[in-house]
Amino acid sequence: MTHQAPPPAAAATVGSSTAASSIRVDLQIIADLVEPGARVLDVGCGDGTLLSYLWHFKRVDGRGIELSMDGVQAAVAQGLSVIQGDADTDLKDFPAHAFDYAILSQTLQATREPRGVLTELLRIGRRAIVSFPNFGFWRSRLHLVVKGRMPVTPCLPAQWWDTPNIHLCTIRDFEMLCREMGVTVETSFALDSAGRRSRLTATHRLANLFAEQAVFVLRRG
Amino acid sequence: MPNQVDSRPHDAASAAPAALPRGKGLTVTLGHDVPLRLDCGVDLGPFTLAYTTYGRLNADKSNAILVCHALTGDHYVADPHPVTGKPGWWHEVVGPGRIIDTDRYFVVCSNVIGSCMGSTGPKEIDPATGEPWGLRFPVITIGDMVQAQARLLDHLGIDTLFAVIGGSMGGMQVLEWVHAFPNRVFAAVPIATSYRHSAQNIAFNEVGRQAITADPDWCGGDYLKHDRRPERGLAVARMAAHITYLSEQALHRKFGRKLQNRAAITYGFEADFQVESYLRYQGSSFVDRFDANSYLYITRAMDYFDLAEEHGGRLADAFTDVKTRICLISFSSDWLFPTSESRAIVHALNAVAANVSFVEVQSDKGHDAFLLDEPEFHETLAGFLDGAAEHRGLPRRVEG
Repeated sequence: MTHQAPPPAAAATVGSSTAASSIRVDLQIIADLVEPGARVLDVGCGDGTLLSYLWHFKRVDGRGIELSMDGVQAAVAQGLSVIQGDADTDLKDFPAHAFDYAILSQTLQATREPRGVLTELLRIGRRAIVSFPNFGFWRSRLHLVVKGRMPVTPCLPAQWWDTPNIHLCTIRDFEMLCREMGVTVETSFALDSAGRRSRLTATHRLANLFAEQAVFVLRRG
Repeated sequence: MPNQVDSRPHDAASAAPAALPRGKGLTVTLGHDVPLRLDCGVDLGPFTLAYTTYGRLNADKSNAILVCHALTGDHYVADPHPVTGKPGWWHEVVGPGRIIDTDRYFVVCSNVIGSCMGSTGPKEIDPATGEPWGLRFPVITIGDMVQAQARLLDHLGIDTLFAVIGGSMGGMQVLEWVHAFPNRVFAAVPIATSYRHSAQNIAFNEVGRQAITADPDWCGGDYLKHDRRPERGLAVARMAAHITYLSEQALHRKFGRKLQNRAAITYGFEADFQVESYLRYQGSSFVDRFDANSYLYITRAMDYFDLAEEHGGRLADAFTDVKTRICLISFSSDWLFPTSESRAIVHALNAVAANVSFVEVQSDKGHDAFLLDEPEFHETLAGFLDGAAEHRGLPRRVEG
């Protein structure tokens, strides 16, 4: 018996479900980085938007973990392999090198132990792809300096008392953590407020001021 | 009722899908040449399985689904029950255009070995003595049930199942299938179940068994020989078990403290409360359709089930070769097989990087929710099956 998937389809609609052909810009960057047929774990996969895209366009062997039951239910009902679980506690179950990519999109800042989660991602995946909102973005800085209040931006829309984001960081902060952990940054992308991939890489000096969010591709050592 | 007894020549006639037996209430006798080696060490053979099939097996035999029934279930999954006349126990899920779509899939459901609806069990005749087996029937396990089902699939010429699906004890069989035959199962859905029976579950089963064996009409298990039936004991066993299938909220919503056909309590031991009357009805109607000794044997099979124990206590080792796509489903108010049991299985499957999905359905209907109309549960099951079908290369569902 074979467990292989049918060959990649040209169209976006195959089988029982359909995938949106346009997805959030940071997800698109992540999707572009993943090779067809790769083994992918999407941590904090939400309703499975990225996994669905990756299955339909790249035929990846994808799995997801999501904290909210609504997200899990929506993803499984699309035929995606998703479990209810917590990035902070449930990554330890997975064996080392089980995936080509461990993806954490817009979730790092909501974890209790970002450093521990990064360590686990790099243990489970050959590479980790991490996207996060840049707290060093000039509008955030301005918000804090001028209004004297916690920034509320399109990327960080919640009030301080209502936000799931408990560990916000700037791009510089993230780079320093990577350095401290001995993690190699393979590639990085900066995204401006229009959601465009900016000309800067996220590791560029100015990216910390002009990027609203960043995507990093990491590997051990 | 059973209307066909296949014998040896049929064992070889498995090749052509068109010639497959179809319909309800079929029986087949297997194990003439090679008996079933039970976990207790006894060789059982020949043995009979009662089963039902729906739909058609496709040309490459890739669309077969095995549905596994729970403790007191049977193979009348979508057809009216021959004794009670009630609709099949999963008629809302299995049928043309339903989630387990008999227009798309070839669905097989067999009565487990040890049961009393046509498969070899304690109420059938022991060929060695010409009398009902009674307690001389060997103790069977979940593993034995699955080995017997595998023989049935061999007989039907089905090498690989597209899916194995079942709730409660049916879910135990699903897990056993994945464990024992990882290469014969493409997708698996264990629902409201566990990898092992907990101490609390064993305790409830023991109450039921004690109620049966304490009934003088049980006659040491030989009641059929004496033309008697331990109806009171079996009814009490069912009443106790039935409470475990419901949630506190469901019982309260349904009955509260409402009185049964009376304006005030009677200061006696009649069924003053509606909930008492309901339970008495559940008990008395159960004895019409179920055999007391089968109840002993099947509850024992559940008690003995422990997939981790077979692997030195490490559940993940039970699944090392698993390539099956697995979807675990639990219900938030199920206290008989709580979500934590499913989660333990998920952790074990993650440890071997298996392809696993897991949803806890929010429901206040308790363990029995898997048999009821729970839209969120049905959406999950349908989505998983459609996704698995796509990966298996089966044609997509025709939207109604």
